[in-house]
Formats: sequence, structure tokens, C-alpha cells
Amino acid sequence: MEVVSDRDRRAAEHADAEAAMADAVAGAMLVDPTGAGTHREVGGPPPTDGLAVRAPSGVLSYDPADLTVTVAAGTTVGELDAALAPHGQECVLDPVDDAATIGGTIAVGLSGLRRLRVGPIRDQVLEVRFVTGDGRLVRGGGPTVKNVTGYDLPRLLVGSFGTLGVLTRVVLRCRPRPRHAQWFRSTGNPDVALARCLRPSSVLWDGTVTRVLLEGHPGDIEAESARAGLEPDRAPEHPAGAHRGRISVRPGEVAAVGRRLGGLDGVVWIAEAGVGTVHVAAGEASALTACREAAHDAGGWMLREAGAPGLDGFGRPLPNPDLAGRVHRAFDPTGKLAPGRIPLPQVEVEAEPGGPPR
Amino acid sequence: MCFPDRAEQVAEIVRVAARHGRPFVARGSGTGLAGGATPVGRPVLIVTTALDRILEVDPVARVAWVEPGVLNLDLSRAVRHHGLHYAPDPSSQQACTIGGNVATNAGGPHCLASGVTSAHVLAVEVVLADGTEVVLGGLEPDQPGYDLRGCFVGSEGTMGVATRIAVRLVPDPPAVRTLLLDFTSIDDAAATVSGIIAAGVVPAALEMMDAAITRAVEDFVGAGFPRDAAAVLLVELDGLDAGVEADAGAVAEIGRRHGARTVRVAADEAERALLWKGRKSAFGAIARVAPDYYLHDAVVPRTRLVDVIRSVTEICSSYGLTCMNVFHAGDGNLHPLIVFDAREPGIWPRVRAAGDEILAACVAAGGVLSGEHGIGIEKREAMALVFGPDDLDAQARLRDAFDPDGRANPEKVLPRGSRCGELGRVPEGTWI
Repeated sequence: MEVVSDRDRRAAEHADAEAAMADAVAGAMLVDPTGAGTHREVGGPPPTDGLAVRAPSGVLSYDPADLTVTVAAGTTVGELDAALAPHGQECVLDPVDDAATIGGTIAVGLSGLRRLRVGPIRDQVLEVRFVTGDGRLVRGGGPTVKNVTGYDLPRLLVGSFGTLGVLTRVVLRCRPRPRHAQWFRSTGNPDVALARCLRPSSVLWDGTVTRVLLEGHPGDIEAESARAGLEPDRAPEHPAGAHRGRISVRPGEVAAVGRRLGGLDGVVWIAEAGVGTVHVAAGEASALTACREAAHDAGGWMLREAGAPGLDGFGRPLPNPDLAGRVHRAFDPTGKLAPGRIPLPQVEVEAEPGGPPR
Repeated sequence: MCFPDRAEQVAEIVRVAARHGRPFVARGSGTGLAGGATPVGRPVLIVTTALDRILEVDPVARVAWVEPGVLNLDLSRAVRHHGLHYAPDPSSQQACTIGGNVATNAGGPHCLASGVTSAHVLAVEVVLADGTEVVLGGLEPDQPGYDLRGCFVGSEGTMGVATRIAVRLVPDPPAVRTLLLDFTSIDDAAATVSGIIAAGVVPAALEMMDAAITRAVEDFVGAGFPRDAAAVLLVELDGLDAGVEADAGAVAEIGRRHGARTVRVAADEAERALLWKGRKSAFGAIARVAPDYYLHDAVVPRTRLVDVIRSVTEICSSYGLTCMNVFHAGDGNLHPLIVFDAREPGIWPRVRAAGDEILAACVAAGGVLSGEHGIGIEKREAMALVFGPDDLDAQARLRDAFDPDGRANPEKVLPRGSRCGELGRVPEGTWI
């Protein structure tokens, strides 16, 4: 049963707000898609003189039996969670700070710590509505959990940093909240936990201690933790520091990266074993540069997440820059959306003959 | 028509096609039902069935690199001794290729819990229409920039040809329980589906068959499906012992509360395999009823299933047609089958008209055109039911970014006139 009481009024208000966003983008020279500001330092810097364009907030439609929710992109992750919790469901976005907006979390595309079991954030987004650089309101994907109707615009928008469009509204996949969840620790190798647990939600390793999150039936959690030699523990702390980054390497390289990071002074880190994400934090910006070198040496890369203002956001060029540039221009022909946030090839100012209207 | 047996040859073929301005179409086993791999306008046909090598299996990282012509089930068989499998399992998995699965973002019964193809493809090596070879995605968890991998999966061959694919393998669950529930009304079966979801149980698979298809399957396979049931539900739970036990108990209880006559639990792997053989043979079983069938693949929000099935039945009877329903109830993916004899004069227009009305009814219920077969040729004009001009224009521009000349599998997915201001644009070199 639909649980949003005044759905039609909300939908109408949201449509008005979307139209206003489209007008604002169409009329602006430079656009700075803006949410709660929790991801402003991730990747490249936002434009300093862009027009701030914000999406409205609110849950627009939710029927728990559909296991999907339609939400305005300016809603915070915390607000959405509060709306789903009474129905025993959740959307697994898991940003570091749940004051982040849904739109911002999707735009930066950072997956949460439960990725090992639940999958990356790109698998949670079913439908997107967004304003393109030429001020058009575009919808892609669909409101059902399974869909091959046209191209997968939702996945394309995840991690686009607002450069393809300003999100106005999304449909997300919901899941039943786990019956039971418990963090554990062991001093064993994370590979043991990965091999002995069927579907652990998270296996984290800091070089000394392995921490494992198990979710599901209490009986299974008890049996599985015993089998893997795990002791109950508190949830781990996210690495804290003024300068933070996120390393992405093949899962098999995590141990090598960990050894390198362990030799760096003033660096705290925690690795997602089985995934290949390593979260690093440092008190000095220069230490983050050393972390990036460790990532590159292991064949990976590091995204700047916070601080280190002099550091390049990505530290390496985009793969397939020509193709990525063409995709970018398809949605933002004049390059007005969040320029600089990802290292795209420069947009030619002159329109191509017969190109899209400007 | 080309049958490359090395990935490098695909790039050479595409370059030759590019030099001559000819369109090209990649084709695997041709099991897709929307005509996505059907050549239109005398293209160069690149048949991938000889590109059938499993290149590398890493049982620790749980990743396999495969060529596009590897059959879906062959991959799972090849990694079985590691206790791993490839999760997407279309009903055609004995015949369909991984490359085709990537093109259509294929599903299957077990995608309810584990997700469709895109969730299992880590990287794709692609030959673009100009002959450029690119790798989209990667084995690292994230890539800088756009998810071009996600964009390519499900693009039905219109963005290039996949030549090597890295897929995720998943561990076999130690506990599996398969239940068959039968009902005297389809509404009771649907209420059971809603009840299962509402109870917070996400089965590995949750399939429904109506009376007509249940009888056809039973006559074909002899799996012990009740021939007099109005509907049966096939429910599979997997994971660890305690959770599977608890969920199986909950499913049985919810079913009985909604009037299930019997709840049959597969006693062993042989019985489980037999029940699944019944479900996966559904399309073959129809041959016993009528020589031809026309299948739709729309998806509707789960909560609209009962209304939509009722509409489908009414639409078919208004055209004097027989319809059978077998579908992925857990994710709302319908497979209404109109069964008929194509030799009957004048039947095709009726079948097509009923099909169009079924699609329109699904869209009106908030649904989409396809859950796993794609748009192909068949549903491209129906895209306008779901998307407005700006939505279609954005998709057309995205396609152009991958393939500016429109030579990769032309005349598919997007309806004619998708680009704003386009007047029946035809890819260069296409013969009409």
C-alpha cells in the first residue's frame, strides 16, 4: 500500500521544482549542482562562480510491497532511512555522513562499506530524472527492479559528478533490513573470513585486525562466526583525518597496498577485503600523495575525498578519454555542468554543424 | 557473414565494415525474442559462436574472463569444481551466450536475489564501430569517470561488439530449499507473493505459472505439477541453514494462510532439478498446445501483478486468443504467451494487436517494455509509450557518442525519429 499520504500534491510540487531547475540550468553559463555539501571536496574542485542548482527534497512515492521508493534528489540519506525504517526496509547507500543528499551520493558514486554483499551503489539506482546541460529534463531507466528498456542512464549518472546532468528525482531499490547484524573481529588474515563466510556484508582489514560484518539469521551468524574464528566487536571507526582518500585496486592487491601504507607515518587506513577499496586518512596532505603512489604502484588509483587542496582529484586521466568526452558532450554540449570535477577533455566552444541545439 | 574464432578478428571485420561504410550486427545463439540480433539492411553479420573459450578463471578473486560465445551454462559447469557459479540463469541458459547476455542485460529466475547481468559484469573489451578497441570497466572496484561498462551492458549491440568479458562468480550456497505451492485461484498465489515480500523474505527465485502453462508443462515434463491448479508458485531459498530453514517455514506458512492446497518441498537435488526443469521447459512445452507462440517480457511493479494479469487475460479473450502466463513473480517480470497456429488465416494481425494492447496495459500500470529480452526490432516503436521526446533524444545522443555513423546494429532499440529534428534518418550504407 502506498504510504505517502499526499502523493499527487507532492508530485505536482516536484514537477514545478524540476521545471524551475531546468530553466535555471538553461539560463546559466556555469552550473554548480549542490546538495548538502558533504562531498564538495571529493574529486576535482567545484566551479567557484557557477550557479548553485539544488533539487527539492521529500519521499514522493513508496509502496513497501514494491521494494522500491521514489525520492526527490535533495532528500538526505538520513531522511530517507527514517521513512523506510518503520516498514522494515532500507536503501543501501551508506555514505560516510548520512546528512548527504541522495543526489549527491549518487553523483559522486561512492559505495558504502556493505558493498561486498549488497553490490556497488550503481546497482541500487533504478530510474533517474535529471536536467541536462541544455536545460532539458530527461528520464532514464524505469521504476521496476528489472528493466532493459533503452539505455542504462541510471548507471551512467552514478559517479558522473553532475557533469552529465543535475539529478532531480530517482527511484531506488529497497531491501528488507537484515534481521540481525553484528560486527566481529579476528586477528586472522581477511582471506580466511572471505573464504569461510558465505555472504559477509563487509570484511575490513587494517593491517592487524580483521573486522567482519555479518547480517542475516542469528543462528547463521553464530555458526558462521564460530567457523571463521570471529569474536563479537564494536563497529570499526572510519579512518579520520583532515586529508582523506579512497584507493581502488584489484582485490588481490589489497595486501600489498596495506604493507605499503603500513610503512607510512601519520596514515590511518582500512581496506575492504574482497572489494579492493582502501580508505585512507592522514594529518598531512603530503602523506596522501604517498598513499596515491602506493595505489599506482599496485596498478590502481586514488580518489581525493577530503582535504589536500593542492592534490589532483583523481591523479590519473580518465580511461577512454575520447569516448568519455563524446558521452559528456551528448548531455552537456557547452561544458557548463560542474566543469573540473572530473578530468574530461575540454569541450570545444563552437558547435559542430548539425549538432544538438544550444 | 563472418565466424571469427579469435577476438582480434572481430576488430579486423569491424574495420573492414567501417572502410566500406557498412553496418554490422553481432549475433550469439540468437535466443533473444525481440529480434535484437536479427540483421536488418544487409549488414555484415559477426557470429560469435566460435569465440567460445573461457580464457581465465581466478577462483580466489572469483572472476572469469570469457569470450562472448561461451554458453551461459557452460561457464557455470566449468567453475563448478571450485564451488562457484555464474549467477544470471536465463531459461535459455543451455543455448544462450554470455555475449548475448551482456547485450540484453539478461536476467533469469535467480536474478531476484542476485541481480541481473550488469551486476555480474566487471569489465568488457569492446570493438567500437570505428574499429577502436576499448576496455570498459575493470577489475578494480571503481574507475575514474563514467560507468561506460554499465552503459554498454544492455545496449543490444548498438554500441559495439564485446570480444572479452570479465564476469563475477559467486559461491554455491550450502543450503538450498525449493518449494512448490499450488493454488485454486491466481489471486491467492499473487497474495502469497506479496505476503512473502512483506515478511522481509527475499527468495533466490520466485516464479509463478498459471493453470494453462502448468498443465502444458506437466504433460511435457511429468514433474508432478498439479494439473488442476489455477496457479503454482516455485520458490527457492538459499544461503545458510538457519536462515533458509526459517524462510522456508515462513513461505509455507504464508502460502497456507492464502489458501495453498499443497506445499511440496523438494526432498533432494534430483527433485529440485525436476521442478526447475518444469519451469525452464515452459516455452518448449507449448509446442504440445499450439505450433506458435508470441511472448512479451514487460515488467510491472510487483503490487500491480494481479491487475495486469487480469487485463492480459481480458485482452487475449477479446481477440479470441489463448494466453498462458509464466513469469518471474518476485520482480514483476511477466511472460504472457499468446499461443496460436500461424497457418490460421488472418491470425497474425490479431496476435500483434493483442500484444500491443498488453504492452500498453503494462505501461499504464507503471511498467516497462522489457525485463530481459530487450527492445530489439520488435518493441522499438513502443519506446514512445514509455519515454518522451527529450528522453529518446538523450538516448540517441548517447548512442551517437559510441557510434557516430549509426552502423552498429542499426534499426534497433530506438524508434525512428528519436533525435530531435530527425526525419527518418537512416544509417549510411543501409539498404532499405
